[in-house]
Amino acid sequence: MSGRVAYTEYHPRWLRRRPSTYWWLERRAYLSFITRELSSIFIAWFVVYLLLFVRAVSRGHAPYLEFVVWSRHPVVMVLNVVTLFFVVFHAVTWFNLAPKAMVVHLRGKRLPASLISASNYGTWVVATAFLLWLVLGG
Amino acid sequence: MADRITIQVARYRPEEEGVQTLQEYEVPCPKDWVILDGLNYIKDRLDGSLSFRWSCRMGVCGSCGMTVNGEPKLTCETFLSEYAGGPVRVEPLKNFPVIRDLVVEIGDFMRKLVRVKPWIVRDHEKPVSEGEYLQTPDQLDEFKQFSMCINCMLCYSACPIYGLEPAFIGPAAIALAQRYNLDSRDEGSDERLEILSEHDGIWGCTFVGECTQVCPKHVDPAGAIQRYKLTAALDGLKSFVLPRSAR
Repeated sequence: MSGRVAYTEYHPRWLRRRPSTYWWLERRAYLSFITRELSSIFIAWFVVYLLLFVRAVSRGHAPYLEFVVWSRHPVVMVLNVVTLFFVVFHAVTWFNLAPKAMVVHLRGKRLPASLISASNYGTWVVATAFLLWLVLGG
Repeated sequence: MADRITIQVARYRPEEEGVQTLQEYEVPCPKDWVILDGLNYIKDRLDGSLSFRWSCRMGVCGSCGMTVNGEPKLTCETFLSEYAGGPVRVEPLKNFPVIRDLVVEIGDFMRKLVRVKPWIVRDHEKPVSEGEYLQTPDQLDEFKQFSMCINCMLCYSACPIYGLEPAFIGPAAIALAQRYNLDSRDEGSDERLEILSEHDGIWGCTFVGECTQVCPKHVDPAGAIQRYKLTAALDGLKSFVLPRSAR
């Protein structure tokens, strides 16, 4: 036979399997992944809520009180509780990811992943404690 | 322990039928038999028409990756006794076209692997008379983990992104690119970044993390990809903020 046989994508006898529509239910990790993707909607809501809050504060005392009353509406409260769950889920994912993405060397030695994770969680706890002190007791 | 186990094997014989079917075989189940031993028993004693890939039988060649009870596994290091009582279902790796029975088509992976230049790239090769490119143990440790990849493609089989978006360059290819980027003797990271910062490169990964979970060599492709993303982001930022001479 003369010449090389060219490669082609057309192979009618290969069995090509498409992932099921419900592939994300096959493993716990897939479900976590989809949940994390879904969390972006709630993160977006959290940003919008924060901007509305800043706008209300900047407009004075009365608009701020109106915002507080609106925030106490059961629908808004449920939405915010769900959002809190997703924000925490998102944050934990990122904190666990950080040591994979960041490799830190100190005096020529690589810091253990647990230390990088712990520093993230530590900063989170300190920041939360500071905000609680500011809001409740400061 | 039962001395025999049923293996349900996914069969695909394109010359006979256009669909995949399950065929059951009963094989011995001694405690030191792996799935691959069971398949070889079928091939040698029960049904010579069964097709599957294997070679080294010791978790080095990466040929015998299959889906065992839904999980991507190297069949040479997965013991039949783990599934005692059975049946155990053996299917081809997911996310790849099937050529026949348990044999998948791996051309897509091989082409992607070559694209990321998994070899040492030098701007200028020094003459042999100047000796080897020396490396300290610490420099070796930087990339050693990623060099353990045996191209078994279990990570591709576990990656839903690759299943949904076959253009995604995939976990093993990126981990191997990172293996060479982190090698002190290599100077090809810019060339690789050009390929991997494309849409189907590192940014295709959404950190499902299953590639790392199923890796039989603990390569941690998910970690390699996230690390690569950080490098790419910092490079992008530098090229945006710093003048060319300071990068």
